[in-house]
Amino acid sequence: MFKKFSLQETLSGQNPVKSSVVRGIRTKLCTSYPGIEPHIDLILPKKSNLVQLKCKDHITLFAVDNEIVFFQHFDLLVPTLTLLHSFPDILPRVQVDRGAIKFVLSGANIMCPGLTSPGAWLPEELAEDVVVAVMAEGKETALAVGVTKMTAKEMREVNKGIGVDLLQYLGDPLWKTQL
Amino acid sequence: MEQTEPAKKTVLYCAICTLPPEYCEFSASKKKCEQWLKETHPAEYERLYSDQAVTEKLAMTTLSEDKVAKEAAKMEKAVSKEEARMARELEKKMASKVLIKRVERNKRKCVTSVFGLDVFGVDLKKTAKAFANHFACGGSVSKNPQGLDEIVVQGDFSEEIMELIHKLHPEIPKENIAIVEDEKKSKKKPAA
Repeated sequence: MFKKFSLQETLSGQNPVKSSVVRGIRTKLCTSYPGIEPHIDLILPKKSNLVQLKCKDHITLFAVDNEIVFFQHFDLLVPTLTLLHSFPDILPRVQVDRGAIKFVLSGANIMCPGLTSPGAWLPEELAEDVVVAVMAEGKETALAVGVTKMTAKEMREVNKGIGVDLLQYLGDPLWKTQL
Repeated sequence: MEQTEPAKKTVLYCAICTLPPEYCEFSASKKKCEQWLKETHPAEYERLYSDQAVTEKLAMTTLSEDKVAKEAAKMEKAVSKEEARMARELEKKMASKVLIKRVERNKRKCVTSVFGLDVFGVDLKKTAKAFANHFACGGSVSKNPQGLDEIVVQGDFSEEIMELIHKLHPEIPKENIAIVEDEKKSKKKPAA
């Protein structure tokens, strides 16, 4: 999603978010990511200065203290990799094998075989359209953030095609963007 | 914050390629990353690059051996490419100049335009604001006739601006900043 992205070119407006809206975002985060709940006060303090950066193509970025913490594409609110690194357990995980790392680092979607091979790991149960942290074999930090395109069961059975649609990966333009 | 709350985890990022150090091996600036880590975080370096860690890593991969060799060759090529690119860029940087120009608006009023700062990775907008604050005058980023960005400061500050640039951005070599005397308008731009 952020393979080609330049904040300066796409930014159409930037404004602080009302506290009532912040509350809405907080509840939304808590419902869509149960793992985030214990950290929510650290990530999004009640009296934080959340800034909304509206970009083209229905992308909205949210920043706290000049650090982008979330991005939103239509209704999907996703934590950025930076945030995910600080709070590793907010998202369910999947793991890709070593061979896939370099393709993911150049922005490829994750194909099923990369998730089912010996070096990879898939949770027993995983629904589709879930935002997941993509880990890598032998690495401790997350490699990318993506959204699953099928359930874990389907991935094992079909073992073909796109398993996880990539949203953000290490070293993409959004990763390099600084406010 | 309450103490029961799990603390925020801080992750080390490589200053060269911005990735966490364990992913440096996949970046094209691999060698530089390695060196950086060795100098700044020896413990982390030991963990990732020591002989033991490397052999362990090899044993762990699920790829077959000839594939690993192939990958390594490919990586090598990418690395050399990246290095060449960096060298080229540096050369370009060294060759490019920051031009400070005094442009006359009417008889006794003039503006100073600074061109070419963006090549050195300077945030033009912020710099324009800094100039404006420093000289207590109007400063803005505007496009010159060639369609390139330049900073325009109202008033004649050619000398002072040169010093200020040097102070704000010491990474720009002094010899690359030049003050250009604006020639007579009729001579340079006969059409205008």
